[in-house]
Amino acid sequence: MKYLSHALLAVSALALTTAVAEAKTFVYCSEASPEGFDPSPYTAGTTFDASAHPVYNRLTEFKKGTTEVEPGLAESWDVSEDGTVYTFKLRQGVKFHSNDRFTPTRDFNADDVVFSFQRQGDASHPWHQYIPGITYEYYTSMDMPNLVKSVEKVDDYTVKITLTHPEAPFLANIAMPFMSIVSKEYADALDAAGAKEDLNNAPIGTGPFRFVAYQKDAVIRYQKNADYWGTAPLIDDLIFAITPDASVRLQKLKAGECHLMPYPSPADLESIKADSTLKLDQQPGLNVGYLAYNTTVAPFDNPKVRKALNMAVNKQAIIDAVFQGAAEPAKNPIPPTMWSYNDAVQDDAYDPEAAKAMLEAEGVTNLSMNIWAMPVQRPYMPNARRTAELMQEDLSKVGVNAQIVSYEWGEYLQKSMEPGRDGAVILGWTGDNGDPDNFLSVLLSCDAAKEGGANRAFWCNEEFSDLLQQAKVTSDQAERTKLYEQAQVIFKDQAPWLTIAHSTQYVPMRADVTGFVMSPLGDFTFETVDLAE
Amino acid sequence: MVRFLLSKLLYLVPTFLGITIVAFGFVRILPGDPVLLMAGERGVSPERHAELSAQLGFDKPVVMQYFDFLGRLLHGDFGNSLVTKKPVLTEFLALFPATVELGLCAILIATLIGVPVGVLAAIKRGSWFDQVSMTSALVGFSMPIFWWGLLLIILFSGVLGWTPVSGRISLMYYFPESTGFMLIDSLMSGQEGAFRSAVSHLILPSIVLATVPLAVIARQTRSAMLEVMGEDYVRTARAKGMPRRRVIGVHALRNAMIPVVTTIGLQIGVLMAGAILTETIFSWPGIGKWMIDSISRRDYPVVQSGLLLIAGLVMVVNLLVDLTYGLINPRIRAS
Repeated sequence: MKYLSHALLAVSALALTTAVAEAKTFVYCSEASPEGFDPSPYTAGTTFDASAHPVYNRLTEFKKGTTEVEPGLAESWDVSEDGTVYTFKLRQGVKFHSNDRFTPTRDFNADDVVFSFQRQGDASHPWHQYIPGITYEYYTSMDMPNLVKSVEKVDDYTVKITLTHPEAPFLANIAMPFMSIVSKEYADALDAAGAKEDLNNAPIGTGPFRFVAYQKDAVIRYQKNADYWGTAPLIDDLIFAITPDASVRLQKLKAGECHLMPYPSPADLESIKADSTLKLDQQPGLNVGYLAYNTTVAPFDNPKVRKALNMAVNKQAIIDAVFQGAAEPAKNPIPPTMWSYNDAVQDDAYDPEAAKAMLEAEGVTNLSMNIWAMPVQRPYMPNARRTAELMQEDLSKVGVNAQIVSYEWGEYLQKSMEPGRDGAVILGWTGDNGDPDNFLSVLLSCDAAKEGGANRAFWCNEEFSDLLQQAKVTSDQAERTKLYEQAQVIFKDQAPWLTIAHSTQYVPMRADVTGFVMSPLGDFTFETVDLAE
Repeated sequence: MVRFLLSKLLYLVPTFLGITIVAFGFVRILPGDPVLLMAGERGVSPERHAELSAQLGFDKPVVMQYFDFLGRLLHGDFGNSLVTKKPVLTEFLALFPATVELGLCAILIATLIGVPVGVLAAIKRGSWFDQVSMTSALVGFSMPIFWWGLLLIILFSGVLGWTPVSGRISLMYYFPESTGFMLIDSLMSGQEGAFRSAVSHLILPSIVLATVPLAVIARQTRSAMLEVMGEDYVRTARAKGMPRRRVIGVHALRNAMIPVVTTIGLQIGVLMAGAILTETIFSWPGIGKWMIDSISRRDYPVVQSGLLLIAGLVMVVNLLVDLTYGLINPRIRAS
């Protein structure tokens, strides 16, 4: 705490001097507090926006505004013939930030990379439990412990990573926030000072902004990293003003108390468009909202029944009423912005008459079913209850009697994965790294249908899973695309889900903001923003 | 007085123990498992679930967990948040001054306006003032805080531009936190305009938070005053020629204040409930918002220790209220 106040003093003095030179300050009204500033132990997007993106870099990075992987702290890499050995050439001359306790004596090098991997992967590493009770959930859930065999320093600027098996999404995985590269030298200094937890409180990275201070639940302050190895930020100071309520965020934006905000309420979009002091960026989100049938229970084990139910639901009506038009109907389990999206797939068209006839042909009459409506709002599903009501109405037109059930969120997640579950579940997914595998394997593979997985249709199609497995070990993207396209055809034919919608993301900002690039992954990054004079 | 104080303090011990059980039990009765909530849509394998539960101590029988909790409490250890991994006490202390500052301002507004309005309404019983003020009080009492807060923001910050939308101070000002109370810190910073900015940020949230207590206090004062003014000693005082102002100010008001002080004391609980919504609307970094977030994430250590700390505080306030009775009415002190 004392340390923090010293930092504050130092910076307030700095702020005063820069104020004279008319520092450009950019204020972002963020929607929640970060869990901490070490990106590895945490999973929330707000944490990554406050830590991984401004403060840190990774070996590979997502090219701005895309899900394409490009060089980051690694300038280039070679992959061995069998796809299991990656040799990374590291960028030279990259400086870590400094604060009033730490000034780096050396540039970024291979030691930092090895440290950043090992502290997460090696349970006996002295930094693995630097905060008691800490876990590395992303590292674990991306299956890194089983994937990474070793991480070795070849020389100061070369690192060799050996995998246990070929894994095409690996380069995208390590571009994710949890693989941010931290300074080993800083860690050693903190260890010596007996203040290990400051790795999480006062982060030191190589990113475009230097962390200055955090007042819990209120304000985070950053300053431009003048020594940034990439293109230096155009603004001098970056401030996150934590504002949980969407309507209040909008009021702050209108009053000029901040320059940009995330997640407006769909109901406010019209008034934002009408306001000449504001502008609104939009792009399709990397997400899908779906209704997963329990494909192990009759009559939902019959693909024709599932298809008939899909045809009975009017998706456009749901998009108009629930998403207020801010979405597009989904036909595939992956969104259209993702590579390998199969646009040739034909959706099951809305046709209640045909649906009814199909059900009758399958001998299904007087069908009663549950529709599970999640209790929380998510970008992929603004109002599950309302969606379920619309579905209920549509289904009643084809003679299906649907009841809506709901549980508290934690219970919902748990009960919806119980084998033999009664009913179809509304849920969705937002992509982590832009790789199709991150949707298809996580949500629809045979492995994911087991306990603890996320395949809530309990749908296990060997042919489909085999295609995913092949694609996973193939490094040629064109070849992978073909495999995923085939998988989507099987998915549509078997209809384990009613694919509902891919929602649109909106970012309102002041009219004088320039250079903001929306990320398909939903990240908010500010190194390219500027304020027009 | 010392005996009175001691007997009151003695009551605190079993009450405190009771609260530890309620606080500990409350969050565990809620459905939902923190490990599953952390995993979200992705799910977590049974092995990993067991591993995490063991790491967090959730694999032990609940009774054991309770005694662990109690044992650590006795050593002053309130546990670490499951989400931020930071000590609960550190987080509480960082956020608590903001809530106290807001709560004090709100209770001050509620008392300073509520008591005179109540007294005036009682004296002018049946007048237009009585009717208007008591109807407003009823409306105030039934006001949905979230809606009320947004309405004030849209009007005063949006349309009129008189007050800032949210936060504790303009982001321009930046100084070390020494007390955590923005009004004091901004004064100490010596930065020009900082104190003014802090005050302007405090106005709307205090009004919103004060609304319900203000209504309750005004109505309570009015009814207490009416009751006391019908008492024989008040009539006697008037009959022996004492000026009306003095009768009301000294004899009536002092006696009427006993139930009013109780009411004000009880409003601390109401304030805590109101703070949850007010803090969320006004992006006020206090413990109300912190508790709500922790409950929805099933952050057991934060909820149980946070509840305990808040309950402990309410107990201390109630103790102070009891002591105030003693000052107002010597008979209570004696019994």
